[in-house]
Amino acid sequence: MDAVRNPVTWLGTPPFPEAAREALADTQLRRNLAAATATIRAKRAGVVAEMPDWERLRLAGQAIKDEVLSNLDTYLVKLEEAVTARGGVVHWARDAAEANQIVLDIARAKETDEVVKVKSMATAEIGLNEALEAGGVHAIETDLAELIVQLGDDRPSHILVPAIHRNRAEIRDIFRRGMPDLPSDISDEPTELAGAARSYLRRKFLSAKVAVSGANFGVADTGSIVVVESEGNGRMCLTLPETLVTVMGIEKLVPTWRDLEVFLQLLPRSSTAERMNPYTSVWSGVTPGDGPQEFHLVLLDNGRTATLADQVGRQALRCIRCSACLNVCPVYERTGGQAYGSVYPGPIGAILTPQLANDPHDEQAASLPYASSLCGACYEVCPVRINIPEVLTHLRAEAVRHKGSSAESVGMAALAWVMRDQRRYELAMHAGQLARLLAKDGTISRLPWPGSKWTATRDVPAPPEESFRSWWRRTHD
Amino acid sequence: MRVALFATCITDTFFPETAKSVVRLLGRLGCAVDFPLAQTCCGQMHFNTGYAEHAAGLARRYGEVFGEFDAVIAPSGSCAAMVRDIYPKLTDDAPGGPKTYELSEFLVDVLRVTDVGAYFPHRVTYHPTCHSLRMLGVGDRPLSLLRAVRGLDLVELPQAETCCGFGGTFAIKNADTSTAMLGDKMRAVAQTKAEVLSAGDNSCLMHIGGGLSRLRSGIRPVHLAEILASTEEDPWTPSVIR
Repeated sequence: MDAVRNPVTWLGTPPFPEAAREALADTQLRRNLAAATATIRAKRAGVVAEMPDWERLRLAGQAIKDEVLSNLDTYLVKLEEAVTARGGVVHWARDAAEANQIVLDIARAKETDEVVKVKSMATAEIGLNEALEAGGVHAIETDLAELIVQLGDDRPSHILVPAIHRNRAEIRDIFRRGMPDLPSDISDEPTELAGAARSYLRRKFLSAKVAVSGANFGVADTGSIVVVESEGNGRMCLTLPETLVTVMGIEKLVPTWRDLEVFLQLLPRSSTAERMNPYTSVWSGVTPGDGPQEFHLVLLDNGRTATLADQVGRQALRCIRCSACLNVCPVYERTGGQAYGSVYPGPIGAILTPQLANDPHDEQAASLPYASSLCGACYEVCPVRINIPEVLTHLRAEAVRHKGSSAESVGMAALAWVMRDQRRYELAMHAGQLARLLAKDGTISRLPWPGSKWTATRDVPAPPEESFRSWWRRTHD
Repeated sequence: MRVALFATCITDTFFPETAKSVVRLLGRLGCAVDFPLAQTCCGQMHFNTGYAEHAAGLARRYGEVFGEFDAVIAPSGSCAAMVRDIYPKLTDDAPGGPKTYELSEFLVDVLRVTDVGAYFPHRVTYHPTCHSLRMLGVGDRPLSLLRAVRGLDLVELPQAETCCGFGGTFAIKNADTSTAMLGDKMRAVAQTKAEVLSAGDNSCLMHIGGGLSRLRSGIRPVHLAEILASTEEDPWTPSVIR
C-alpha cells in the first residue's frame, strides 16, 4: 500500500458543495467567468462549424487514443527506444514523488537553482514547483497566465487559461507586488501588462540552464515530443537552455506522425478556438549544435495504470486537455475551477481527479463526480468523445460501493423496493399525498430535511388529490 | 399498433393533467393509448445517484410491463432517454421490446404530424431540456409543434440550451450550485416576458417552476402536452388543486 498522498488534489480544499458555496458568493469571479466562458464558447462553436468532417475527426481521435490505451505497454517501449536512439534519456516515474525527485536530481546535477517552465498540466498535477522549491530550486512559470497564478500565490482555475478567474485590474495588482522593477504607474492595459511580463521573463530565458516542460503528444515510432502553445514563451524554454526535461503522462502517446494530423485539428479548435495554434514545437531527442544538448523524458504514471484498469473510467485517459468541457459546463461557469480542489477542474476534472487520486477515503475527491447535473454539454463538445456523464455515474456507483451503508443507501433501497411493486407504489403515493397537509394554496414552501435543501430556494407543488392512475381507473377501467 | 403511455412517477403523482393531456391529444389524433397500471418508475434517480443495481431491477420490470406493446410514449425526455440509452447498458437481458418515444418524437416521427390542431392563446417560451436535447436528440420537434399552435405567441428563450440546474439529486446534493443555475435560467425566462414556460419534462419544470413560484414571478410552467392538448372547444385552464 502506498501511503503517500497524490498531490493531484489540493490539501485543505473542502468537498465540492462547500467549496462551491464560497465560490458562488464571489461576485467578481462569477462575472469574470461568465464573460470569459461565453466568449470562448461562441468562438469554439464558430470554428467547429467550419469543419464538415468534425464528427469524423472526433471518431478518429477517439479511435487513435483507444488504440494507444489498449496497447500502451508496446507503444511506451517503442517510444523509449526511439527517444534513446536519438540521444534522449528516458526515466520512468511511478508516482509524483519519483517524478519530482528525477527532475530535482537533474537540476542539481546541472548546479542550477532556477529552472524555467513551459506551461504543463503534468508538472502541476505532481506539485513539481513546490517539490523543487523544497529542494532549493526555484521554478519560474513562463506562460503568462501561469505566471499570474504563480506571482499571485494563487491556484489555477482552468486547464488552458489558469488565471481565467482574474480580470486585468487584478492582474496589474499581482504584477505590482510580484515584479520588483515594475514602474509604479503601470496601467491595466493588456499591452502594458504583456510588456511587463515580457521584460520580466526575457531575463529568465537568457539565464536559465534548465527548462522543464510537459508534452501534448509523444509520437511512439519517432520518439518526437510535441508541445503546442500560443505565446512563444514555451518555444523559448524549449530551445534556449542547455538541458530540457519533459514530464509526460504515459497516456499522451500517438502511434505515428500521421496521427498527429487528427489532433492538431481537434485540439486548437476545441481549446483556444483557433484554426491552428500559433506555436507547435516538435523535437526528437537531441540535435547536435541546435537546441538543448541534453534531453530527459520522464514518463509519469501517477494513477494512470490504475485508471486504465477501469473499463468505464479509462476513457478519461483519452483527454487531450483542451478544456472545451470546462467552457460549456454550467457548473464550472458558476463555481470556477478552484472549487474542484485540483489542477483538473470542470467536468474532466470531476472524472479524472478522483481516478488519479485513487483514494476512496479522500472525501473531497469523492465529492467531485456529484458536481454535475448530468446535462451532457461536456460530452457533446469533447474532441475525443469522452462520455463524461457515463463516467460520472459510474464513479458515483463506485463511491456508493465504498461508502457502504448510509442513510442515503437505505432510503434508495427502500424506494427501489417500493417501485418494484404496484401495490407498494400506490400506497406510497397515497402516503405522499399527506404532504398536502404542508401546502398552502397548492404549494409547499417548507419540507423537512433533506427536502429542506430543495425548499430553501424552491417551492414544490402539492400532490393533487387524484393521481393520474386514479383518474385512469375512474374513467377507463 | 398497440401504444402504451408511460406516465412516469413524477407526472403520475404530481402532474396528472399532463398525462391526461397526452391521452386526450393522442385520442384526438386517432391513436388510442393504454395505461398499464403495473408501471411505476424508470429508476433514473437511482442510476444517476450511483445505485445502478436498483435501477437494473426497475429496468427489467419496465420490460415486463411494456413488453406486449408496439410503442411506448413518455411525456419526458429524461425518462425516455433512461429507457433508450441507459437500459441497454444496465441489463444484459434487455428486452428487444417496444421502442420508447418522447412525446414530440412520437408525434413528429410516428404520427407524422406537426399541426395537432391545438389552440393556446398565450405568450410562451420553451426550455429544451438537456436529456431530450442531448441524449434523445429531439432537435426542433417540440418547437415545430409549438409553432403550429393557433394563438400561441412563441418567444425564444435566451441561452435556452443551458441546464436549469435540476439534475435529480444534484438539486439537493449541490443545492447552492443548482440554485445559481436556476437563478440564471429564471432571469432568461423573465427576459422573454412570457406568461408560460413550457418544456417536455415535468421534473425540470418542477425545478424552474419551483423557483418562479417562490419569487411570485407570474410565470407558469406548463408541460408541452398540455399546450398541444388545448383546443378552442376545450381550452387549457390552469389546473385547479382539488
